[in-house]
Amino acid sequence: MSTHASTAQPSYLVDTGERKGLMAWLTTTDHKRIGLLYLYSMVTFFFVGVGIGFVMRLVQLTTFQKLITAQTYNALFTVHGVIMIFLFVVPGLPAIFGNFFLPILIGAKDVSFPRLNLASWYFFIVGAILAVLSLFTGGGAPDTGWTFYAPFSLKTGTNVSLAVFAAFVLGFSSMLTGINFITTIHRLRAPGMKWFRMPLMCWALYSTAWIQLLATPIVAITLVLVILERFFGIGIFDPAKGGDPLLYQHLFWIYSHPAVYIMILPAMGAITEIIPTFAKRPVFGYKAIAFSSMSIAAVGSLVWAHHMFTSGMSNVAQMVFSLLTMVVAVPSAIKVFNWVSTLYKGSIDFQPPLLFALTFIFLFCIGGLTGVMQGALAVNVHIHDTYFIVGHFHYVMFGGTGMALFAALLYWFPKMWGKMYSKKMIYAAWFPMFIGFNMLYFGMMILGVMGMPRRYYVHLPQFHTMHVVATVGSWFLVLGLLMFFGTLLYAIFKGKKAEDNPWGGVTLEWTIPSPPPLENFEEIPTVTHGPYHFEQKEAK
Amino acid sequence: MSGHVHRDDFGSRLGMWLFLVTEMVLFGGLFIGYSYMRFKYPAEFHHGGSELNATLGVINTLVLLTSSLTVVLAIVAIQRAQKKLAMAFLSSTLVLGVTFLVIKSFEWAAKFHHGLYPNSAHLATLPPGEQVFFGLYFTMTGLHGLHVIAGLSVLGVMLWWVATDRIRQDRYIHLENGGLYWHLVDVIWIFLLPLFYLAA
Repeated sequence: MSTHASTAQPSYLVDTGERKGLMAWLTTTDHKRIGLLYLYSMVTFFFVGVGIGFVMRLVQLTTFQKLITAQTYNALFTVHGVIMIFLFVVPGLPAIFGNFFLPILIGAKDVSFPRLNLASWYFFIVGAILAVLSLFTGGGAPDTGWTFYAPFSLKTGTNVSLAVFAAFVLGFSSMLTGINFITTIHRLRAPGMKWFRMPLMCWALYSTAWIQLLATPIVAITLVLVILERFFGIGIFDPAKGGDPLLYQHLFWIYSHPAVYIMILPAMGAITEIIPTFAKRPVFGYKAIAFSSMSIAAVGSLVWAHHMFTSGMSNVAQMVFSLLTMVVAVPSAIKVFNWVSTLYKGSIDFQPPLLFALTFIFLFCIGGLTGVMQGALAVNVHIHDTYFIVGHFHYVMFGGTGMALFAALLYWFPKMWGKMYSKKMIYAAWFPMFIGFNMLYFGMMILGVMGMPRRYYVHLPQFHTMHVVATVGSWFLVLGLLMFFGTLLYAIFKGKKAEDNPWGGVTLEWTIPSPPPLENFEEIPTVTHGPYHFEQKEAK
Repeated sequence: MSGHVHRDDFGSRLGMWLFLVTEMVLFGGLFIGYSYMRFKYPAEFHHGGSELNATLGVINTLVLLTSSLTVVLAIVAIQRAQKKLAMAFLSSTLVLGVTFLVIKSFEWAAKFHHGLYPNSAHLATLPPGEQVFFGLYFTMTGLHGLHVIAGLSVLGVMLWWVATDRIRQDRYIHLENGGLYWHLVDVIWIFLLPLFYLAA
């Protein structure tokens, strides 16, 4: 497959401009370098979040409660949520792999607005710095939970205003990235790259970008209202002044539920790239997957109030939102069926990225199906605000988006750095990760059904055994994560040189050298067929 | 670092429209809040609206509409390579925009004078619906005011670029995009006028 002969262009990792070293990276407008800037910063924040989660689990082994007070615990789960959601899971796949691969997948040299792209990264970093500052300044780290629910967020003495402003700035970064991607997909597809010849990752990123565009401003204005309320007492969420705290919840979830699909759609897109490559078959039901991305984006925008079934709503509203919630499961299930059908009768080449992709499907199915459970009104009332919810969304966010991000990282790693990691070490890291993950989060779901409320500092004796199981699971999980990222970090510096196309992929990124040259393509390719063109191999 | 020069005016315009969509949704959140509150407190909103100066509101609408017109005229002038004329039109937009802000500040000052501002002792004695009305009034016109200031800054840069020939007959996409932003500021005001001033 590797047909490139000339290496006229240097790799994007080589400094060719006037600036060298760090300054060359901080002023780059190259989408690939910006993708890596996001990757390095996000993995850093991810480990901060992991560390906080690790400590929270230790607190539930009650012996450690001497070290962490209840107030600190409140700050810990808030900060864990804020970091993981706003600095890792929401921006993760689009910012890292969308930036790096979207232009390459559609045969372009860069995104439409390269300078805006760099500006988005700076917004991200400024937002991140503000979020970190909010922990140590003002009245101390926010203790509201990442949802900043009114009226508590309006009244607490902790530094909510700065944390909320940080989220506002991060939203700006996310929106600008969305604008960039939509314009790029509309304007910069290579000749012959028709809409239905795009790799499905592009469809996923396209749907995601629309949600970023249409949902993020709502949370932006909601957070601005919280700040205005705290400084000027405008009263919109304050019942004493005629306002309504429920309005906050509605506005917040109008963004934050679609944000769940911002998190999961690009993950599904990455999985859709990985499965055909290792099954050596065209993806089953291309259009169904493309349209299911768009319909998840559309229907997912109409289900927000399922977060509020116990907050006070009319029965009609509850039933409508319950029904719509279950409807979203349909396009998600379409994707799962298509992935499995793609594997069926494929000539499967089992490699680490496929292992993580299959892990994604397994964990995402558990997360998705427990989501449908919660969409049912009667069940929801019982498990609302329990550990069941915590377990469920970690299955979707971590088991789904997180595992897909790891799978994508493994899949594209040789392309991004031109190096190959130790596959054995990755398999070795997978075992503690997988076992620890299920102990931790399935344990949480069992605790939730038993009645353990979320965000509690202490627990009753009957919950203790499961808490121990979950905490021990968290140790395995962290061990696996350290092994995983350690292996990759080692490979960046000491890894063997990777081939241009180590997995036998057929999308455009595998036709160029590893690591890609500065402008991606020597010559903009002309596309004559769909993205998963394995026909020659099938004919054998 | 970007080794290639790439120009795509259609793409730039598309990007700008997408950005305008986000701005509309930003205000959309406030409009949702407004509709809910107005549905809850129709009489108080009616009374709150009667406290606002509709005449000044209408004058400000005319000021903004005219300023939008002059932006369009500036673009037409650039298309015909009439640089001085374009600068004159852009300058009049800036003057009109500032006029809008001045009138607006008089209105706000009058409200403050009457104790009608968030958290004031006087406002606390009014019925809850009116407190929310003025909360929304200051939030929405305040946010709009910030957009006016942002738009004026953008158009100020455009004026400078016209003066220094960075915007010319064969390359005026930035001016067009700046103009689009200014029209958005205008359109949002056209919604705010009936919702607050004509609510009585």
